[in-house]
Amino acid sequence: MTSNAESTSDERVKSESLVTKFMKRPELGAMGGVILVTIFFYMTADSTMFTLSGTMNFMTPAAQLGILGIAAAMLMIGGEFDLSIGSMIAFAGMIFGVLTVNFGLPLILAIPLTLGAAASVGAVNGTIVIRTGLPSFIVTLAGLFILRGVSLVGLKLFSGGSTQLRGVRDALEGDPLIEIFSGDAFESLFSYLASIGMVETFKNGASKVPGIPVEILWFILLAAVATYVLLRTPVGNWIFATGGDSNAASNSGVPVKKVKISLFMLTAMAAALVAIITVIDAGSTDARRGFMKEFEAIITAVIGGCLLTGGYGSAIGAFFGAIIFGMVTIGLTYTNFDQDWFQVFLGGMLLLAVVFNNVIRKRVTGEH
Amino acid sequence: MTNTIIHMEGIKKHFGNVIALNGVTFDVSSGECHCLLGDNGAGKSTFIKTMSGVHKPTEGTITFEGKPLSFSSPRDAMEAGIATVFQDLAMIPLMSVTRNFFMGREPTKGRGLLKRFDVDAANEICMEEMRKMGINLRAPDQAVGTLSGGERQTVAIARAVYFGAKVLILDEPTSALGVRQTSNVLSTIDRVRGQGIGVVFISHNVRHAMAVGDRFTVLNRGQTLGTAKKDEITSAELQDLMAGGQELAKLEGSLGGTI
Ligand SMILES: Nc1ncnc2c1ncn2[C@@H]1O[C@H](COP(=O)(O)OP(=O)(O)OP(=O)(O)O)[C@@H](O)[C@H]1O
Ligand SMILES: [Mg+2]
Repeated sequence: MTSNAESTSDERVKSESLVTKFMKRPELGAMGGVILVTIFFYMTADSTMFTLSGTMNFMTPAAQLGILGIAAAMLMIGGEFDLSIGSMIAFAGMIFGVLTVNFGLPLILAIPLTLGAAASVGAVNGTIVIRTGLPSFIVTLAGLFILRGVSLVGLKLFSGGSTQLRGVRDALEGDPLIEIFSGDAFESLFSYLASIGMVETFKNGASKVPGIPVEILWFILLAAVATYVLLRTPVGNWIFATGGDSNAASNSGVPVKKVKISLFMLTAMAAALVAIITVIDAGSTDARRGFMKEFEAIITAVIGGCLLTGGYGSAIGAFFGAIIFGMVTIGLTYTNFDQDWFQVFLGGMLLLAVVFNNVIRKRVTGEH
Repeated sequence: MTNTIIHMEGIKKHFGNVIALNGVTFDVSSGECHCLLGDNGAGKSTFIKTMSGVHKPTEGTITFEGKPLSFSSPRDAMEAGIATVFQDLAMIPLMSVTRNFFMGREPTKGRGLLKRFDVDAANEICMEEMRKMGINLRAPDQAVGTLSGGERQTVAIARAVYFGAKVLILDEPTSALGVRQTSNVLSTIDRVRGQGIGVVFISHNVRHAMAVGDRFTVLNRGQTLGTAKKDEITSAELQDLMAGGQELAKLEGSLGGTI
């Protein structure tokens, strides 16, 4: 027997092809899912689903959910859950509505204040989880009810007894920042494309798609930044380490508490961003806003390849998870199927994703 | 020429009503290997955890390079130049070898917002450090979960050696290692000691301890039984002390001196 300690290659490994390397990526399942769902709707849905306007139709809800889902994925990789983000949308929506309508603040103040309020609630959630050592599942379940209740009471207080607060659009008329948080972007590009016949137009020559809804740009931006942070920065390494084994991470010098609290703040702020965008879009806010979104966000993260046990997953996976979600929700309206199949579809996807992720995890860690 | 780096005086540690340490005094000088011996549950791991910032001692003082000090987190101790191989290794199975190696101390490149984890440099250093320990990694992005127990232990040791600027603490580093890796670890201890680093070496194996140790301290039920220099004690005496004296002497008769 000869020692191979000095040689650089190891005869005990078969060379790993790019394909098998790719097979170990957490986002694999979600990408496969997008392809399957696309094929499914390509065969069953009306062909308008995959036109430019049809695509914007399903990408808009996908983006709103995806902003939450990506943040939830990062938190889940860090080893925690936040069940209060759905209610946080209502809570942040209420704060934002009150600041703009009742106090007449411009966006340049209302937005940082809303994000700040959300971040503080996130920090409180995180601190309670760390101090008590209780599962975040139960701590944020309390948050789910508390924030929903506070939103109801607050809205009644500020709207004079109703659970809806109107007039946001009027209050923000002409605000210079409104373009970043509502409506469509690249409108001139689209009208130019319409004029040269590159995109579909109405009879009067205007583009059928006025531009790209801003939430889609936020969604793409967030996915890109989150992916970069997770894979290419020290903080990303800390997030994986914290979720993988917080004790080992802490013993190795990772500031586990800071990481966790920051992630709770991030998810809360993602919920606030969704609240701001959707409240401006609707022109009003109500206490039912964001109902059940916490579960949809977690499902998005799981479809995206996150393990419920933490330490593994990807933001880009959650990105595709959200697109699957949007396609299925909206896509069914383009088919002859009863729309209520949606929930069945969702549950099925979730189950499939969890089983699939488990297999991937075993492959990565070499368990059999 | 004794040049004490860290001195621990009368360290006590209570976990609720469990008294894990009941007044332990211990020090490490630069360029020496101080072995900490003792039976299971004697308090060795608990003691080194107070040295590496994981536990705050209930009582007692820590003097680091002549100044009183209290570490409030493992990060503090690391920044002071103390690196530890914990008995449970502090490895994350789902993460790659490189990511584990640099966990908490990632090398970066770029500035400001562009400051990022220098993955290529990290991979290279990690492969190189592992090679020095006699292990050829298949790939630096291999998950630690796919490594053998001994390979994992070697990653933990290589990491601590790489980051242990002043004090290197090894809690039973050789328990799962093969012959070649054990002698690698022992000669690594010898090498870093030569560089002026103080090594704290915990082992159950008196032969390993005798091979590299300069001083030996035996812990028993949370208390120090004494410290001896290499030429003041034989391995048989150490063996006896570790087991708390008489019982082993009796056992030895029936086993014919095989332990
Ligand atoms: N976090 C804790 N809470 C309660 N008791 C603890 C804790 N950590 C250690 N102990 C107790 O302190 C005592 C010393 O444990 P320690 O791990 O330091 O022993 P050790 O000398 O390292 O043993 P071994 O050789 O088996 O590694 C044990 O009785 C253990 O049960
Ligand atoms: Mg121990």
